[in-house]
Amino acid sequence: MATSPTPAAERENYLNTEYGIRSWLLTTDHKRIALLYLLLITFFFFIGGFFALLIRLELLTPAGDLVQADTYNKLFTMHGQVMVFFFLIPAIPAVLGNFLIPIMIGAKDLAFPRINLFSWYLLVIGGLLMMYTILTGGADTGWTFYPPFSTAFAKSQVVTAALAIFVAGFSSILTGLNFIVTIHRMRAPGMTWSRLPLFVWANYATSIIQVLGTPVLAITLMLVALDRLFAFGIFDPQRGGDPLLFQHLFWFYSHPAVYIMILPGMGVVSEVVSCFSRKRIFGYKFMALALIAIAVLGFLVWAHHMFVAGISLYAALVFSLLSYLVAVPSAIKVFNWTATMYKGSISYATPMLYAFGFIGLFTMGGLTGLFLAALGVDVHVTDTYFVIAHFHYIMVGGMVMAYIGGLHFWWPKISGRMYPEAWGKLAALIIFVGFNLTFFPQFVLGYLGMPRRYWQYSPEFQVLNVLSTAGATILAVGYVLPMVYFLWSMRYGKVADENPWGAAGLEWMTASPPPTFNFDETPVVTWEAYDYANLKEVPVEP
Amino acid sequence: MFQTFPLWPERASTTAGGVDALFIFLLTLCGLMAIMIFIMILVFAAKYRRSRGREAEQIEGSNALELTWSGVPLVIFMGIFVWGAAIYFKERTPPQDSAEIYTVAKQWMWKFQHMEGQREINELHVPIGRDVKMIMTSQDVIHSFYVPAFRIKQDVLPGRYTVAWFRATKAGRYHLFCAEYCGTSHSGMIGDVVVMQPAQYEQWLSGGPAAPLAQTGKQLFLSLGCSTCHRFDVQGRGPNLMNAYNRPVLLDDGRTITADENYLRESILTPAVKVVSGFKPIMPIFQGIISEEQLNALVAYIKSLNQSPEGTAGTRNTPTGSPTGQPQMMQVQ
Amino acid sequence: MSHSPAVVTHDQVHNPALQHHFATMEQQQEASTMGMWVFLITEIMFFGGMFTAYMVYRYMYYQAFVAGSEKMDFWWGTINTVVLICSSLTMALAVRSSQIGQRKALVVLLIITMLFGCVFMGIKAIEYTGHWKEHQFPGTNFHFEGPDPQHVEIFFSLYWAMTGFHALHMLIGIIIVGVIAFYSWRGKYGPDYYNPVENVGLYWHFVDMVWIYLYPLLYLISHKHGG
Repeated sequence: MATSPTPAAERENYLNTEYGIRSWLLTTDHKRIALLYLLLITFFFFIGGFFALLIRLELLTPAGDLVQADTYNKLFTMHGQVMVFFFLIPAIPAVLGNFLIPIMIGAKDLAFPRINLFSWYLLVIGGLLMMYTILTGGADTGWTFYPPFSTAFAKSQVVTAALAIFVAGFSSILTGLNFIVTIHRMRAPGMTWSRLPLFVWANYATSIIQVLGTPVLAITLMLVALDRLFAFGIFDPQRGGDPLLFQHLFWFYSHPAVYIMILPGMGVVSEVVSCFSRKRIFGYKFMALALIAIAVLGFLVWAHHMFVAGISLYAALVFSLLSYLVAVPSAIKVFNWTATMYKGSISYATPMLYAFGFIGLFTMGGLTGLFLAALGVDVHVTDTYFVIAHFHYIMVGGMVMAYIGGLHFWWPKISGRMYPEAWGKLAALIIFVGFNLTFFPQFVLGYLGMPRRYWQYSPEFQVLNVLSTAGATILAVGYVLPMVYFLWSMRYGKVADENPWGAAGLEWMTASPPPTFNFDETPVVTWEAYDYANLKEVPVEP
Repeated sequence: MFQTFPLWPERASTTAGGVDALFIFLLTLCGLMAIMIFIMILVFAAKYRRSRGREAEQIEGSNALELTWSGVPLVIFMGIFVWGAAIYFKERTPPQDSAEIYTVAKQWMWKFQHMEGQREINELHVPIGRDVKMIMTSQDVIHSFYVPAFRIKQDVLPGRYTVAWFRATKAGRYHLFCAEYCGTSHSGMIGDVVVMQPAQYEQWLSGGPAAPLAQTGKQLFLSLGCSTCHRFDVQGRGPNLMNAYNRPVLLDDGRTITADENYLRESILTPAVKVVSGFKPIMPIFQGIISEEQLNALVAYIKSLNQSPEGTAGTRNTPTGSPTGQPQMMQVQ
Repeated sequence: MSHSPAVVTHDQVHNPALQHHFATMEQQQEASTMGMWVFLITEIMFFGGMFTAYMVYRYMYYQAFVAGSEKMDFWWGTINTVVLICSSLTMALAVRSSQIGQRKALVVLLIITMLFGCVFMGIKAIEYTGHWKEHQFPGTNFHFEGPDPQHVEIFFSLYWAMTGFHALHMLIGIIIVGVIAFYSWRGKYGPDYYNPVENVGLYWHFVDMVWIYLYPLLYLISHKHGG
């Protein structure tokens, strides 16, 4: 595997094979579609991030002085809806998964390339509906749409917001469907299930959730929309409906949705930790099994969002118990990543820094989950900033870290260029510091009793809120940096060879960037996953 | 209590200590676990760094280790589950003879009805050392009754009663928050819980003239015409409500349920849903006709019919026949 | 790509319907069949949400559900059930025709299937009009004489939502059967390539199955239907 002397730009690859806007908008190449997704979700990430910054600025002072109460309510609603449905859920699967899964299993494309493109258009349509919602005043129901507020009381764009999420949901379903079939039916000769990279396993587990969970959210939101449009009243207690039924149906999807967001991140971190420790992942089978276990058990714990909502005492006991079961596979993952580093040969490239960050922050997020699953403690901290901090440690500390880390790791493969390493490390550090400063104080705020979704708050909470807002500004800088230097590197970055990290995995055995059909000829796999023992080439410390 | 920078919330109820104990245990346990993992990562990262020219040693994994680090956490988790569940069980089970306060939440205020007849808005007076059971409902959207100093929280739903209870231990003025997002002024739906010494509380109670809640309910029972069918002397067209509360009832579809507060409530508002066996669904629907406060008064009255003539401990008022004036229609808008 | 349809299919000899990213026709067929099954699972979950709501409310307000069900037209519902079962038969025969290469039979059977679908939709439209006129559409239009009109309204909300989404699926089904019929007429499908027909058949049967559940749940709650 000598480095190719031909500069990437001169070889025919998926980027230079065709030019022009049509060749992108009508492409069925999974790699190009991945880049289309990248553009779309980056746009929504900054929209959602902008809302987050306004929220934090409003909370700088106890009085509601920056925006009106209604505006504030719309800000956190749109922040949640945009970030969850238009960034977090599509992020790793639709961008990195789309790009990598076919290459990792030695296929030419996903099983259904046209459905893949269709999924992207669905997300575009959903995104346009969401932008329409935002530009015509936004929704103010919270991302959770709880009736009867959402159905009978909110005076905002609830229907279009629900419709936007409905459409985006079908994008997510079709992506999951495509991945499941691809992983089952498109593997190259010799690529057995036990040789699949964990990133593929992780996306497989994610796809199961997308396929099983998302339709339930879709129909639930449709019932809310029908209530608003035609007064169906299915969840309206004034008319005999049960608002708790909505919560059950909503969380039946939206708790597993948390795993849609975190499982692919776990996949990225497994690849990165293994590569930069130059070791096979510790306990491969348990790691794969744990991913599936999380996906399955994740469907059985939804009502832990409802311990104070008015469910029966015994239902609460069952859901608390099951929630502790799902904590076990999560613990297995953290232990195995740590064990993978043991006696490795560790380098501190930027992706590895993100992986360190992920493990640390995910551990914090996971452990605070134990607090929330403990019934007695949950009663006090649920619906407070403790919950906000907890899920941001998982979503932002975990998932976004993994996503940005993964983008760095595979950037040479995607673009054919290296990003600037020093800037990469600096950005990772800024994000880590900014993140902790933003969200750690919120744990304290939560235990002190500051409820979430408060536009104004009691003065004794101010110091911690100021710290949090300060952190958010640092975090914002950290997020802008990679975007700038990624763009810069597309033109000025060092040309990458096919395997700059000396990593195992089929994606590193084809050119950077890969040709349209990924491989010149279909590879035949004769080695196990993470075969670092037989990879002789060790790159120097970057 | 308004220090500028508190790091721990006030502890003012019998529940708070237990919650704090488990929280501190979890903090210690999880803190140690996190620190252990962080130290391991840092040590490995430093010790095995590539720049020292290390070559990795390939290790496949270890079933023994995997089972250990699945099994040990599982056992610990089960311990935490039991502990948390025990606290929750206590939180969800109000003591038998608690004093009852009816609560109506609405956008965006808290309305309280004491059994003695006092009514309050966004301020709740309770004495130290008495078990207090909040019987709560909402007249619009979902709200949540949250008193951080008591470590209790319970969502308040429209169309049904939910219950929370506490026993205050320390005099003072504590935050009452709405913890479930409820619209524009969600963050303004706040109030104070004022915990008083028993003597002061008695003084506060005697402050204003008011008819006991059950008394108000009785007036309503008469003025709405309930008493024409629900008779106490002979069998009327509706069931006799004497001693009906909290007893099992046989319904006309064969089910047997307990006539708890929610059943009383449902049977007043939409009587045809669960008709008592042997009766016809002829009672008019009161949904939209009486206010939540009036409904509370009616429920309080029906519950008061359970008392033996000499009265029961823990409730301070018995509905005797002496009218104390017109029932006040509690339309606090 | 070399096309030589006369020769027995070999890995090297591509069927014109084989897409570039699949190695063999078998792989392509397995993939698309599996894709259809996974899609049907998502459909089960989609309707599952409404069936759950139905179960919960039926348990809570059984009497009202009986009262609502009595307002259903037993005969229209039963006829529609028979119509759909017949359409499933013709769909199954259509798939078989494509497998054994009977192009004419395939086209005719698909068109009959579509016609059955249209009859179903027509009857549904008659029923809907009746319910609308009888003030059985929820909301301000709704009016019901009985002890518990409020919860009868919930029954009707679920009736409209469940049959409405089912009818939407029927409509989509009729359209895609039409598309498939068009391509069948053009001779696209035969013993070597009948996968799209099979998949559309799976979808059609699924939509029928949903109705097979909706029919007893909505029309047959009580035994009081005289006929």
